[in-house]
Amino acid sequence: MMEIGLNHYLVLSTILFTIGLVGVMRRKNLLLLFFATEILLNAVNVAFAAISHYYGDLTGQMFAFFVIAIAASELAVGLGLLILWHKRHGSIDLDTMTSMRG
Amino acid sequence: MFEAIAFYLFAFLTIAMFYITVTTSQALYALSALAAGMIFISAFFFILGADFLGAAQIIVYTGAVMALYAFGMMFFDTTRDVKEKQGNEFIVVGFATFAAVLIVAIFAAPLVSTNMTAFYPMVEDAGNTQQVGMVLFTKYLIPFEVAAVMLLVAMVAGIVLAGKKMDKSLTLMNAEEIELLDASANTKVLS
Repeated sequence: MMEIGLNHYLVLSTILFTIGLVGVMRRKNLLLLFFATEILLNAVNVAFAAISHYYGDLTGQMFAFFVIAIAASELAVGLGLLILWHKRHGSIDLDTMTSMRG
Repeated sequence: MFEAIAFYLFAFLTIAMFYITVTTSQALYALSALAAGMIFISAFFFILGADFLGAAQIIVYTGAVMALYAFGMMFFDTTRDVKEKQGNEFIVVGFATFAAVLIVAIFAAPLVSTNMTAFYPMVEDAGNTQQVGMVLFTKYLIPFEVAAVMLLVAMVAGIVLAGKKMDKSLTLMNAEEIELLDASANTKVLS
């Protein structure tokens, strides 16, 4: 109980990932959907860093860095698109973004 | 002992902050809770000895990402409550838990095998930042450069997408001018 092992971190990562997935599934506002995806990426980063530490291998930390870089660039492009959409349509609700009929 | 106390404290704080982020109906509360959760996440990196990663987490997430979200939120109408679809919560939580356990199983499956050795073992007589530099600039040099190009592409894309017509304020124009602006923009795109 008092000794923190790899499993503690993996369980924590699972819980955070679950929270993020629940957010992705129930959010309709696209900005808040982005917040939930950031939680997902962070949960995976915790698992990477923990595995890296407990196995004495730096590859996990490297992947965590690349995940951070991907999160930053995803955010820049996504927020730009979101601002563009909000200027045109005045809403960032996911239900209103149905331009295709099928 | 102290490691355990720190782990449980920050685990509780992180889970609480992220729970607020996904459940609140106020976008500003969600932003603040997310920023706090990011800082608490970096505490785990410091506990795990990944000092450079923790510093990068604070700088990139709470410094850059949160500031960008705050700027983005100025464009959106964030004062009103966010309306959410009220579906079956149990199905959502069940699927999310299943998917998360699956992800962790995929991560942890290679660890079960006993003959696992470190691919790039940590050097003993070097700090974490030094180790990261040694690995990043030898074994992971090409992914590092590709990530740099990707960030450049994202920056250009962000400027091009969001910076369009920044010199004209849509709130200060009347409806006819906006119509005219839209019409000219559409013809430019179509031609």
